Amino acid sequence: MDNFLETIKWEKLLEATNETIYMTSISVLATFIIGLILGLLLFLTAKGSMWENKAINSVISIIVNVFRSIPFIILIVLLIPFTKFLVGTMLGANAALPSLIIGAAPFYARMVEIALREIDKGVIEASQSMGTSNFQIIYKVLIPESLPALISGITVTAISLVGFTAMAGVIGAGGLGHFAYLEGFQRNNSVITLVATIAILILVFIIQFIGDYFTKKTDKR
Amino acid sequence: MISIKNVQKIYPSKQGQVKAVDDVNLEISDGEIFGVIGYSGAGKSTLIRMLNGLELPTQGKVVVANNEVSKIKGSQLRKARQEISMIFQHFNLLWSRTVRDNIAFPLEIAGVSKKERLKRVDELIKLVGLEGRENAYPSQLSGGQKQRVGIARALANNPKVLLCDEATSALDPQTTDSILDLLVDINARLGLTIVLITHEMHVIRKICHRVAVMENGKVVEMGPVLDVFKNPQEVITKRFVQQVTEPEETKETTKHLLEKYPDGKVVQLTFVGETTDQPLITDLIRGYEITVNILQGKISHTQNGSYGTLFIHLNGSKEEVEKAIEFINKQQVGVEVIANG
Repeated sequence: MDNFLETIKWEKLLEATNETIYMTSISVLATFIIGLILGLLLFLTAKGSMWENKAINSVISIIVNVFRSIPFIILIVLLIPFTKFLVGTMLGANAALPSLIIGAAPFYARMVEIALREIDKGVIEASQSMGTSNFQIIYKVLIPESLPALISGITVTAISLVGFTAMAGVIGAGGLGHFAYLEGFQRNNSVITLVATIAILILVFIIQFIGDYFTKKTDKR
Repeated sequence: MISIKNVQKIYPSKQGQVKAVDDVNLEISDGEIFGVIGYSGAGKSTLIRMLNGLELPTQGKVVVANNEVSKIKGSQLRKARQEISMIFQHFNLLWSRTVRDNIAFPLEIAGVSKKERLKRVDELIKLVGLEGRENAYPSQLSGGQKQRVGIARALANNPKVLLCDEATSALDPQTTDSILDLLVDINARLGLTIVLITHEMHVIRKICHRVAVMENGKVVEMGPVLDVFKNPQEVITKRFVQQVTEPEETKETTKHLLEKYPDGKVVQLTFVGETTDQPLITDLIRGYEITVNILQGKISHTQNGSYGTLFIHLNGSKEEVEKAIEFINKQQVGVEVIANG
Protein backbone atom coordinates (compact mmCIF):
# COMPACT_ATOMS: atom_id res chain seq x y z
CA MET A 1 0.00 0.00 0.00
CA ASP A 2 2.80 2.35 0.92
CA ASN A 3 4.41 1.57 -2.34
CA PHE A 4 1.18 2.27 -4.15
CA LEU A 5 0.76 5.67 -2.52
CA GLU A 6 4.37 6.54 -3.21
CA THR A 7 3.93 6.04 -6.93
CA ILE A 8 1.42 8.88 -6.95
CA LYS A 9 3.93 11.64 -6.22
CA TRP A 10 1.69 13.74 -3.99
CA GLU A 11 3.79 16.86 -4.20
CA LYS A 12 3.69 16.89 -7.96
CA LEU A 13 -0.04 16.22 -7.92
CA LEU A 14 -0.64 19.14 -5.61
CA GLU A 15 1.47 21.41 -7.75
CA ALA A 16 -0.35 20.32 -10.89
CA THR A 17 -3.73 20.88 -9.24
CA ASN A 18 -2.67 24.36 -8.22
CA GLU A 19 -1.59 25.10 -11.76
CA THR A 20 -4.93 23.91 -13.13
CA ILE A 21 -6.83 26.02 -10.60
CA TYR A 22 -4.66 29.01 -11.49
CA MET A 23 -5.19 28.62 -15.26
CA THR A 24 -8.90 28.00 -14.83
CA SER A 25 -9.61 30.93 -12.52
CA ILE A 26 -7.65 33.52 -14.51
CA SER A 27 -9.15 32.37 -17.80
CA VAL A 28 -12.69 32.19 -16.35
CA LEU A 29 -12.35 35.74 -15.07
CA ALA A 30 -11.04 37.06 -18.38
CA THR A 31 -13.61 35.03 -20.34
CA PHE A 32 -16.40 36.43 -18.20
CA ILE A 33 -15.35 40.02 -18.84
CA ILE A 34 -14.57 39.68 -22.56
CA GLY A 35 -17.54 37.39 -23.22
CA LEU A 36 -19.90 39.75 -21.41
CA ILE A 37 -18.69 42.73 -23.44
CA LEU A 38 -18.90 40.82 -26.73
CA GLY A 39 -22.30 39.37 -25.80
CA LEU A 40 -23.64 42.78 -24.88
CA LEU A 41 -22.34 44.22 -28.15
CA LEU A 42 -23.93 41.36 -30.10
CA PHE A 43 -27.25 41.97 -28.35
CA LEU A 44 -27.20 45.76 -28.48
CA THR A 45 -26.17 46.05 -32.13
CA ALA A 46 -28.72 43.49 -33.31
CA LYS A 47 -31.66 44.53 -35.45
CA GLY A 48 -34.26 46.49 -33.50
CA SER A 49 -32.03 46.91 -30.45
CA MET A 50 -30.73 50.07 -28.81
CA TRP A 51 -27.53 50.49 -30.82
CA GLU A 52 -28.65 48.78 -34.01
CA ASN A 53 -25.59 48.59 -36.27
CA LYS A 54 -25.42 45.93 -38.92
CA ALA A 55 -21.68 46.35 -39.68
CA ILE A 56 -20.46 45.98 -36.08
CA ASN A 57 -22.90 43.16 -35.45
CA SER A 58 -21.74 41.17 -38.48
CA VAL A 59 -18.04 41.66 -37.71
CA ILE A 60 -18.38 40.50 -34.09
CA SER A 61 -20.67 37.69 -35.13
CA ILE A 62 -18.17 36.39 -37.70
CA ILE A 63 -15.22 36.60 -35.28
CA VAL A 64 -17.20 34.80 -32.59
CA ASN A 65 -18.34 32.07 -34.97
CA VAL A 66 -14.85 31.49 -36.38
CA PHE A 67 -13.12 31.18 -33.01
CA ARG A 68 -15.94 29.10 -31.60
CA SER A 69 -15.65 26.64 -34.46
CA ILE A 70 -11.89 25.94 -34.29
CA PRO A 71 -11.18 22.83 -32.19
CA PHE A 72 -9.23 23.91 -29.13
CA ILE A 73 -6.23 21.67 -29.72
CA ILE A 74 -5.79 23.26 -33.15
CA LEU A 75 -6.36 26.75 -31.78
CA ILE A 76 -3.43 26.33 -29.38
CA VAL A 77 -1.14 25.42 -32.22
CA LEU A 78 -2.43 28.26 -34.41
CA LEU A 79 -1.86 30.73 -31.59
CA ILE A 80 1.75 29.68 -30.88
CA PRO A 81 3.31 32.77 -32.53
CA PHE A 82 0.81 35.05 -30.80
CA THR A 83 1.44 33.44 -27.41
CA LYS A 84 5.21 33.63 -27.88
CA PHE A 85 4.90 37.29 -28.72
CA LEU A 86 2.67 37.96 -25.73
CA VAL A 87 4.15 35.75 -22.99
CA GLY A 88 7.62 35.10 -24.41
CA THR A 89 7.43 31.33 -24.02
CA MET A 90 5.32 28.33 -24.94
CA LEU A 91 5.79 26.60 -21.59
CA GLY A 92 4.09 27.04 -18.22
CA ALA A 93 0.67 28.02 -17.04
CA ASN A 94 0.80 31.62 -18.27
CA ALA A 95 1.48 30.49 -21.81
CA ALA A 96 -1.83 28.62 -21.83
CA LEU A 97 -3.90 31.67 -20.91
CA PRO A 98 -4.15 33.47 -24.30
CA SER A 99 -5.46 30.42 -26.11
CA LEU A 100 -7.77 29.46 -23.22
CA ILE A 101 -9.36 32.90 -23.22
CA ILE A 102 -9.57 33.22 -26.99
CA GLY A 103 -11.09 29.74 -27.15
CA ALA A 104 -13.70 30.29 -24.42
CA ALA A 105 -14.70 33.97 -24.66
CA PRO A 106 -16.58 33.66 -28.01
CA PHE A 107 -18.41 30.61 -26.65
CA TYR A 108 -19.48 32.58 -23.60
CA ALA A 109 -20.34 35.65 -25.70
CA ARG A 110 -23.04 33.62 -27.48
CA MET A 111 -24.42 32.45 -24.16
CA VAL A 112 -24.54 36.04 -22.93
CA GLU A 113 -26.36 37.08 -26.09
CA ILE A 114 -28.94 34.32 -25.63
CA ALA A 115 -29.39 35.24 -21.95
CA LEU A 116 -30.00 38.89 -22.86
CA ARG A 117 -32.50 37.96 -25.56
CA GLU A 118 -34.53 36.11 -22.95
CA ILE A 119 -35.21 39.39 -21.13
CA ASP A 120 -38.78 40.61 -21.63
CA LYS A 121 -38.74 43.44 -24.20
CA GLY A 122 -41.48 45.12 -22.18
CA VAL A 123 -39.15 45.53 -19.22
CA ILE A 124 -36.59 47.32 -21.39
CA GLU A 125 -39.36 49.48 -22.84
CA ALA A 126 -40.66 50.28 -19.36
CA SER A 127 -37.16 51.34 -18.29
CA GLN A 128 -36.86 53.56 -21.35
CA SER A 129 -40.23 55.10 -20.55
CA MET A 130 -38.80 56.14 -17.18
CA GLY A 131 -36.00 58.09 -18.82
CA THR A 132 -33.24 55.51 -18.39
CA SER A 133 -30.07 56.06 -20.43
CA ASN A 134 -28.59 53.21 -22.45
CA PHE A 135 -25.74 52.65 -19.98
CA GLN A 136 -28.18 52.61 -17.08
CA ILE A 137 -30.22 50.03 -18.95
CA ILE A 138 -27.10 47.87 -19.30
CA TYR A 139 -26.08 47.82 -15.65
CA LYS A 140 -29.45 48.32 -13.96
CA VAL A 141 -31.66 46.18 -16.20
CA LEU A 142 -29.87 43.91 -18.69
CA ILE A 143 -27.23 42.45 -16.35
CA PRO A 144 -29.36 42.04 -13.19
CA GLU A 145 -32.30 40.62 -15.15
CA SER A 146 -30.16 38.02 -16.92
CA LEU A 147 -27.88 37.23 -13.97
CA PRO A 148 -28.99 33.63 -13.34
CA ALA A 149 -28.43 32.78 -17.01
CA LEU A 150 -25.10 34.63 -17.02
CA ILE A 151 -23.96 32.61 -13.98
CA SER A 152 -25.10 29.24 -15.29
CA GLY A 153 -23.43 30.13 -18.60
CA ILE A 154 -20.10 30.93 -16.97
CA THR A 155 -20.38 27.69 -14.97
CA VAL A 156 -20.66 25.64 -18.15
CA THR A 157 -17.83 27.66 -19.69
CA ALA A 158 -15.62 27.17 -16.61
CA ILE A 159 -16.11 23.41 -16.82
CA SER A 160 -15.10 23.40 -20.49
CA LEU A 161 -12.11 25.51 -19.51
CA VAL A 162 -10.98 22.83 -17.05
CA GLY A 163 -11.04 20.45 -20.01
CA PHE A 164 -9.16 22.96 -22.17
CA THR A 165 -6.42 23.34 -19.52
CA ALA A 166 -5.89 19.59 -19.62
CA MET A 167 -5.42 19.78 -23.39
CA ALA A 168 -3.11 22.75 -23.04
CA GLY A 169 -1.15 20.70 -20.51
CA VAL A 170 -0.33 18.09 -23.08
CA ILE A 171 1.66 20.61 -25.10
CA GLY A 172 3.56 21.88 -22.10
CA ALA A 173 1.35 24.25 -20.16
CA GLY A 174 1.51 22.35 -16.88
CA GLY A 175 -1.44 21.42 -14.72
CA LEU A 176 -3.27 18.15 -14.21
CA GLY A 177 -3.45 17.34 -17.92
CA HIS A 178 0.29 17.71 -18.23
CA PHE A 179 0.79 15.61 -15.08
CA ALA A 180 -1.49 12.84 -16.34
CA TYR A 181 0.12 12.82 -19.77
CA LEU A 182 3.76 13.01 -18.70
CA GLU A 183 3.78 11.04 -15.45
CA GLY A 184 0.87 8.77 -16.19
CA PHE A 185 0.65 8.01 -19.89
CA GLN A 186 4.24 8.38 -21.01
CA ARG A 187 5.69 6.51 -18.00
CA ASN A 188 2.96 3.94 -18.24
CA ASN A 189 1.73 4.64 -14.71
CA SER A 190 -2.03 4.28 -14.95
CA VAL A 191 -2.50 4.98 -11.24
CA ILE A 192 -1.32 8.53 -11.78
CA THR A 193 -3.60 8.98 -14.78
CA LEU A 194 -6.49 7.80 -12.64
CA VAL A 195 -5.63 10.06 -9.71
CA ALA A 196 -5.26 13.08 -12.02
CA THR A 197 -8.65 12.29 -13.53
CA ILE A 198 -10.24 12.10 -10.09
CA ALA A 199 -8.66 15.46 -9.18
CA ILE A 200 -10.16 17.04 -12.34
CA LEU A 201 -13.56 15.50 -11.57
CA ILE A 202 -13.52 16.93 -8.06
CA LEU A 203 -12.66 20.33 -9.49
CA VAL A 204 -15.55 20.13 -11.97
CA PHE A 205 -17.99 19.11 -9.25
CA ILE A 206 -16.94 22.01 -7.06
CA ILE A 207 -17.40 24.47 -9.93
CA GLN A 208 -20.81 23.03 -10.75
CA PHE A 209 -21.87 23.20 -7.11
CA ILE A 210 -20.81 26.84 -6.72
CA GLY A 211 -22.44 27.78 -10.03
CA ASP A 212 -25.73 26.07 -9.17
CA TYR A 213 -25.79 27.73 -5.77
CA PHE A 214 -25.44 31.24 -7.15
CA THR A 215 -27.79 30.61 -10.07
CA LYS A 216 -30.48 29.56 -7.64
CA LYS A 217 -29.74 32.35 -5.22
CA THR A 218 -30.02 35.11 -7.82
CA ASP A 219 -33.13 33.72 -9.52
CA LYS A 220 -36.19 35.43 -8.01
CA ARG A 221 -38.56 34.57 -10.85
CA MET B 1 -51.46 69.40 -21.35
CA ILE B 2 -51.32 67.16 -24.39
CA SER B 3 -51.62 68.23 -27.97
CA ILE B 4 -51.45 65.88 -30.92
CA LYS B 5 -51.49 67.60 -34.30
CA ASN B 6 -51.87 65.90 -37.68
CA VAL B 7 -49.97 62.90 -36.47
CA GLN B 8 -49.20 60.06 -38.83
CA LYS B 9 -47.21 56.90 -38.30
CA ILE B 10 -46.34 54.81 -41.31
CA TYR B 11 -44.55 51.47 -41.07
CA PRO B 12 -42.89 50.05 -44.11
CA SER B 13 -43.84 46.43 -44.69
CA LYS B 14 -43.47 43.86 -47.43
CA GLN B 15 -47.01 44.49 -48.62
CA GLY B 16 -46.33 48.21 -48.89
CA GLN B 17 -46.78 50.91 -46.30
CA VAL B 18 -49.00 50.40 -43.28
CA LYS B 19 -50.63 53.47 -41.79
CA ALA B 20 -50.76 52.63 -38.08
CA VAL B 21 -51.89 56.11 -37.13
CA ASP B 22 -53.55 58.24 -39.76
CA ASP B 23 -53.89 61.99 -39.30
CA VAL B 24 -54.91 62.09 -35.65
CA ASN B 25 -55.66 65.36 -33.85
CA LEU B 26 -56.29 65.42 -30.11
CA GLU B 27 -56.24 68.01 -27.37
CA ILE B 28 -56.28 66.69 -23.83
CA SER B 29 -56.57 69.16 -20.99
CA ASP B 30 -54.94 69.30 -17.59
CA GLY B 31 -56.38 66.85 -15.04
CA GLU B 32 -58.51 65.02 -17.57
CA ILE B 33 -58.93 61.25 -17.80
CA PHE B 34 -58.96 60.59 -21.51
CA GLY B 35 -59.70 57.19 -22.95
CA VAL B 36 -58.85 55.79 -26.36
CA ILE B 37 -60.81 52.70 -27.32
CA GLY B 38 -60.35 50.46 -30.31
CA TYR B 39 -59.87 46.85 -31.29
CA SER B 40 -56.35 45.47 -31.55
CA GLY B 41 -54.57 46.85 -34.58
CA ALA B 42 -56.54 50.09 -34.50
CA GLY B 43 -53.34 52.05 -33.82
CA LYS B 44 -54.06 53.02 -30.23
CA SER B 45 -50.88 51.39 -28.89
CA THR B 46 -48.77 53.26 -31.42
CA LEU B 47 -50.58 56.47 -30.56
CA ILE B 48 -49.95 56.22 -26.82
CA ARG B 49 -46.29 55.30 -27.43
CA MET B 50 -45.83 58.53 -29.35
CA LEU B 51 -46.79 60.46 -26.22
CA ASN B 52 -43.54 59.50 -24.47
CA GLY B 53 -41.37 59.12 -27.53
CA LEU B 54 -41.16 55.33 -27.54
CA GLU B 55 -42.43 55.75 -31.11
CA LEU B 56 -41.77 58.75 -33.30
CA PRO B 57 -44.46 60.05 -35.63
CA THR B 58 -43.67 59.94 -39.33
CA GLN B 59 -45.42 63.27 -39.61
CA GLY B 60 -47.02 65.75 -37.24
CA LYS B 61 -46.36 67.17 -33.83
CA VAL B 62 -46.81 65.77 -30.32
CA VAL B 63 -46.56 68.12 -27.34
CA VAL B 64 -46.90 66.76 -23.81
CA ALA B 65 -46.48 68.96 -20.71
CA ASN B 66 -44.73 71.64 -22.77
CA ASN B 67 -42.25 69.16 -24.24
CA GLU B 68 -42.32 68.61 -27.96
CA VAL B 69 -41.89 64.86 -27.58
CA SER B 70 -41.89 64.26 -31.32
CA LYS B 71 -38.76 66.41 -31.71
CA ILE B 72 -36.55 66.26 -28.59
CA LYS B 73 -33.83 63.63 -28.23
CA GLY B 74 -31.21 62.33 -25.82
CA SER B 75 -31.06 63.76 -22.32
CA GLN B 76 -33.87 66.22 -23.04
CA LEU B 77 -36.19 63.36 -23.94
CA ARG B 78 -35.08 61.34 -20.91
CA LYS B 79 -35.81 64.31 -18.67
CA ALA B 80 -39.23 64.77 -20.27
CA ARG B 81 -40.02 61.09 -19.76
CA GLN B 82 -39.73 61.55 -16.01
CA GLU B 83 -42.82 63.75 -16.28
CA ILE B 84 -44.69 61.31 -18.53
CA SER B 85 -45.02 57.96 -16.81
CA MET B 86 -46.46 54.80 -18.22
CA ILE B 87 -48.04 51.63 -16.87
CA PHE B 88 -48.35 48.46 -18.91
CA GLN B 89 -50.66 45.56 -19.59
CA HIS B 90 -48.04 43.06 -18.44
CA PHE B 91 -46.76 45.30 -15.65
CA ASN B 92 -43.12 45.05 -16.85
CA LEU B 93 -41.59 44.97 -13.39
CA LEU B 94 -37.98 43.95 -12.84
CA TRP B 95 -38.21 40.45 -11.37
CA SER B 96 -34.74 40.81 -9.87
CA ARG B 97 -35.87 43.64 -7.62
CA THR B 98 -38.20 43.68 -4.62
CA VAL B 99 -41.34 45.82 -4.56
CA ARG B 100 -39.42 48.55 -2.77
CA ASP B 101 -36.51 48.48 -5.22
CA ASN B 102 -38.84 48.42 -8.22
CA ILE B 103 -40.55 51.57 -7.00
CA ALA B 104 -37.16 53.12 -6.22
CA PHE B 105 -35.91 52.43 -9.77
CA PRO B 106 -37.18 55.66 -11.41
CA LEU B 107 -35.92 57.60 -8.40
CA GLU B 108 -32.44 56.12 -8.90
CA ILE B 109 -32.62 57.18 -12.53
CA ALA B 110 -33.63 60.70 -11.51
CA GLY B 111 -30.64 60.84 -9.15
CA VAL B 112 -32.60 61.07 -5.89
CA SER B 113 -30.50 60.44 -2.76
CA LYS B 114 -30.92 57.13 -0.96
CA LYS B 115 -32.51 58.68 2.10
CA GLU B 116 -35.05 60.58 0.01
CA ARG B 117 -35.74 57.46 -2.04
CA LEU B 118 -36.65 55.37 1.01
CA LYS B 119 -38.98 58.07 2.25
CA ARG B 120 -40.68 58.52 -1.11
CA VAL B 121 -41.04 54.76 -1.63
CA ASP B 122 -42.78 54.39 1.73
CA GLU B 123 -45.24 57.16 0.78
CA LEU B 124 -45.95 55.49 -2.55
CA ILE B 125 -46.43 52.06 -1.00
CA LYS B 126 -49.04 53.57 1.29
CA LEU B 127 -50.69 55.44 -1.60
CA VAL B 128 -51.24 52.27 -3.64
CA GLY B 129 -52.07 50.11 -0.62
CA LEU B 130 -49.15 47.68 -0.61
CA GLU B 131 -48.10 47.98 3.02
CA GLY B 132 -46.39 44.84 4.25
CA ARG B 133 -45.34 43.67 0.78
CA GLU B 134 -42.28 45.92 0.48
CA ASN B 135 -39.76 43.11 0.45
CA ALA B 136 -41.68 40.72 -1.77
CA TYR B 137 -40.46 39.92 -5.27
CA PRO B 138 -42.85 40.42 -8.21
CA SER B 139 -43.16 36.64 -8.61
CA GLN B 140 -44.76 36.52 -5.17
CA LEU B 141 -47.47 39.06 -6.04
CA SER B 142 -50.89 38.73 -7.66
CA GLY B 143 -51.70 40.54 -10.91
CA GLY B 144 -53.48 43.36 -9.13
CA GLN B 145 -50.62 43.84 -6.70
CA LYS B 146 -48.14 43.88 -9.57
CA GLN B 147 -50.11 46.63 -11.28
CA ARG B 148 -50.15 48.57 -8.00
CA VAL B 149 -46.36 48.37 -7.98
CA GLY B 150 -46.43 49.55 -11.60
CA ILE B 151 -48.58 52.52 -10.63
CA ALA B 152 -46.41 53.40 -7.61
CA ARG B 153 -43.33 53.20 -9.83
CA ALA B 154 -44.99 55.43 -12.41
CA LEU B 155 -45.91 58.03 -9.79
CA ALA B 156 -42.47 58.09 -8.12
CA ASN B 157 -41.13 61.18 -9.85
CA ASN B 158 -44.39 63.17 -9.54
CA PRO B 159 -45.24 63.04 -13.23
CA LYS B 160 -47.73 65.34 -14.90
CA VAL B 161 -49.13 62.69 -17.20
CA LEU B 162 -49.83 59.01 -16.67
CA LEU B 163 -50.16 56.80 -19.74
CA CYS B 164 -51.99 53.51 -19.27
CA ASP B 165 -51.33 50.92 -21.95
CA GLU B 166 -54.15 48.38 -21.54
CA ALA B 167 -53.34 48.53 -17.85
CA THR B 168 -56.26 46.37 -16.76
CA SER B 169 -56.57 44.00 -19.71
CA ALA B 170 -54.64 41.22 -17.97
CA LEU B 171 -56.65 41.46 -14.76
CA ASP B 172 -59.90 39.83 -13.63
CA PRO B 173 -63.03 42.05 -13.44
CA GLN B 174 -62.85 42.60 -9.70
CA THR B 175 -59.16 43.53 -9.72
CA THR B 176 -59.78 45.71 -12.77
CA ASP B 177 -62.33 47.71 -10.79
CA SER B 178 -60.01 48.16 -7.82
CA ILE B 179 -57.20 49.37 -10.09
CA LEU B 180 -59.61 51.76 -11.86
CA ASP B 181 -60.75 53.11 -8.50
CA LEU B 182 -57.12 53.70 -7.62
CA LEU B 183 -56.59 55.62 -10.88
CA VAL B 184 -59.63 57.83 -10.23
CA ASP B 185 -58.37 58.44 -6.70
CA ILE B 186 -54.91 59.41 -7.98
CA ASN B 187 -56.45 61.67 -10.62
CA ALA B 188 -58.51 63.46 -7.98
CA ARG B 189 -55.78 63.65 -5.36
CA LEU B 190 -52.80 64.57 -7.49
CA GLY B 191 -54.54 66.28 -10.38
CA LEU B 192 -52.70 64.02 -12.78
CA THR B 193 -53.71 63.88 -16.44
CA ILE B 194 -54.40 60.27 -17.41
CA VAL B 195 -54.48 58.88 -20.92
CA LEU B 196 -55.52 55.28 -21.22
CA ILE B 197 -56.02 52.91 -24.08
CA THR B 198 -58.25 49.89 -23.85
CA HIS B 199 -60.57 47.62 -25.77
CA GLU B 200 -63.02 47.42 -22.89
CA MET B 201 -65.88 49.95 -22.84
CA HIS B 202 -66.31 49.13 -19.17
CA VAL B 203 -63.02 50.89 -18.41
CA ILE B 204 -64.03 53.97 -20.41
CA ARG B 205 -67.45 54.04 -18.78
CA LYS B 206 -66.07 53.75 -15.29
CA ILE B 207 -63.33 56.33 -15.22
CA CYS B 208 -62.97 58.44 -18.37
CA HIS B 209 -64.20 61.98 -18.88
CA ARG B 210 -63.78 61.91 -22.64
CA VAL B 211 -63.26 59.14 -25.12
CA ALA B 212 -61.87 58.79 -28.62
CA VAL B 213 -62.81 55.78 -30.70
CA MET B 214 -60.12 54.54 -33.07
CA GLU B 215 -60.50 52.39 -36.16
CA ASN B 216 -57.84 51.72 -38.82
CA GLY B 217 -55.52 54.36 -37.40
CA LYS B 218 -58.13 57.10 -37.43
CA VAL B 219 -60.11 58.70 -34.63
CA VAL B 220 -63.64 58.10 -35.89
CA GLU B 221 -65.55 59.53 -32.97
CA MET B 222 -64.73 61.63 -29.94
CA GLY B 223 -66.57 63.35 -27.12
CA PRO B 224 -67.59 63.30 -23.46
CA VAL B 225 -68.22 59.71 -22.41
CA LEU B 226 -71.88 60.28 -21.60
CA ASP B 227 -72.58 61.89 -24.99
CA VAL B 228 -70.93 59.02 -26.78
CA PHE B 229 -72.96 56.54 -24.76
CA LYS B 230 -76.16 58.45 -25.38
CA ASN B 231 -75.70 58.99 -29.02
CA PRO B 232 -73.08 56.80 -30.65
CA GLN B 233 -72.64 57.72 -34.31
CA GLU B 234 -70.39 55.11 -35.85
CA VAL B 235 -71.10 51.40 -36.12
CA ILE B 236 -67.94 50.57 -34.18
CA THR B 237 -68.90 52.97 -31.37
CA LYS B 238 -72.34 51.41 -31.14
CA ARG B 239 -70.72 48.03 -30.81
CA PHE B 240 -68.49 49.25 -27.99
CA VAL B 241 -71.41 50.90 -26.21
CA GLN B 242 -73.36 47.68 -26.45
CA GLN B 243 -70.54 45.94 -24.56
CA VAL B 244 -71.76 47.64 -21.40
CA THR B 245 -75.40 48.47 -22.01
CA GLU B 246 -76.56 45.40 -23.80
CA PRO B 247 -75.25 42.12 -22.57
CA GLU B 248 -74.89 39.37 -25.14
CA GLU B 249 -78.04 37.62 -24.06
CA THR B 250 -80.30 40.64 -24.74
CA LYS B 251 -80.74 39.81 -28.39
CA GLU B 252 -81.72 36.26 -27.61
CA THR B 253 -84.10 37.40 -24.92
CA THR B 254 -85.86 39.89 -27.18
CA LYS B 255 -86.13 37.34 -29.93
CA HIS B 256 -87.58 34.86 -27.52
CA LEU B 257 -90.04 37.41 -26.17
CA LEU B 258 -91.13 38.54 -29.60
CA GLU B 259 -92.12 34.99 -30.28
CA LYS B 260 -93.89 34.76 -26.98
CA TYR B 261 -95.74 38.07 -27.30
CA PRO B 262 -96.73 38.47 -30.91
CA ASP B 263 -98.81 41.54 -30.07
CA GLY B 264 -97.65 44.98 -29.00
CA LYS B 265 -94.20 46.48 -29.28
CA VAL B 266 -90.76 45.86 -27.83
CA VAL B 267 -89.18 49.20 -27.06
CA GLN B 268 -85.71 50.17 -25.95
CA LEU B 269 -85.62 53.15 -23.61
CA THR B 270 -82.44 55.14 -23.05
CA PHE B 271 -82.07 57.19 -19.91
CA VAL B 272 -79.38 59.77 -19.45
CA GLY B 273 -78.40 61.70 -16.36
CA GLU B 274 -81.35 62.76 -14.21
CA THR B 275 -83.99 61.03 -16.29
CA THR B 276 -82.82 57.78 -14.71
CA ASP B 277 -84.59 58.85 -11.54
CA GLN B 278 -88.11 59.26 -13.05
CA PRO B 279 -90.96 56.89 -12.25
CA LEU B 280 -91.62 56.49 -15.96
CA ILE B 281 -93.13 53.01 -15.87
CA THR B 282 -95.67 54.00 -13.21
CA ASP B 283 -96.68 57.01 -15.32
CA LEU B 284 -97.14 54.75 -18.32
CA ILE B 285 -99.37 52.24 -16.58
CA ARG B 286 -101.44 54.90 -14.84
CA GLY B 287 -101.84 57.12 -17.85
CA TYR B 288 -102.51 54.64 -20.63
CA GLU B 289 -104.57 51.54 -21.20
CA ILE B 290 -101.62 49.30 -21.77
CA THR B 291 -99.66 46.57 -20.05
CA VAL B 292 -95.94 47.07 -19.53
CA ASN B 293 -93.63 44.12 -19.27
CA ILE B 294 -90.03 44.82 -18.26
CA LEU B 295 -87.69 42.57 -20.24
CA GLN B 296 -84.25 43.72 -19.31
CA GLY B 297 -82.55 46.78 -17.94
CA LYS B 298 -79.27 48.21 -16.78
CA ILE B 299 -77.99 51.49 -15.44
CA SER B 300 -74.30 52.32 -15.85
CA HIS B 301 -72.54 55.08 -13.99
CA THR B 302 -69.99 57.15 -15.89
CA GLN B 303 -67.77 59.95 -14.67
CA ASN B 304 -70.21 62.55 -16.02
CA GLY B 305 -73.52 60.98 -15.03
CA SER B 306 -75.63 57.88 -15.28
CA TYR B 307 -76.73 56.15 -18.37
CA GLY B 308 -79.31 53.42 -18.56
CA THR B 309 -81.18 51.23 -20.98
CA LEU B 310 -84.42 49.44 -20.41
CA PHE B 311 -86.16 47.02 -22.69
CA ILE B 312 -89.89 46.87 -22.23
CA HIS B 313 -92.79 45.24 -23.99
CA LEU B 314 -95.89 47.39 -24.46
CA ASN B 315 -99.22 45.77 -25.17
CA GLY B 316 -102.68 47.23 -25.72
CA SER B 317 -104.64 48.83 -28.50
CA LYS B 318 -102.53 50.25 -31.29
CA GLU B 319 -103.51 53.86 -30.53
CA GLU B 320 -102.79 53.61 -26.85
CA VAL B 321 -99.34 52.14 -27.54
CA GLU B 322 -98.60 54.95 -30.01
CA LYS B 323 -99.71 57.52 -27.46
CA ALA B 324 -97.58 55.92 -24.76
CA ILE B 325 -94.50 56.07 -26.98
CA GLU B 326 -95.18 59.69 -27.70
CA PHE B 327 -95.41 60.31 -23.96
CA ILE B 328 -92.04 58.66 -23.40
CA ASN B 329 -90.53 60.84 -26.11
CA LYS B 330 -91.64 63.95 -24.28
CA GLN B 331 -89.88 62.83 -21.12
CA GLN B 332 -86.44 63.29 -22.71
CA VAL B 333 -85.97 59.58 -22.68
CA GLY B 334 -84.61 58.04 -25.83
CA VAL B 335 -87.00 55.53 -27.30
CA GLU B 336 -86.45 53.10 -30.08
CA VAL B 337 -88.96 50.54 -31.27
CA ILE B 338 -87.00 47.36 -31.73
CA ALA B 339 -89.77 45.28 -33.19
CA ASN B 340 -93.42 45.40 -33.89
CA GLY B 341 -95.49 42.58 -32.69
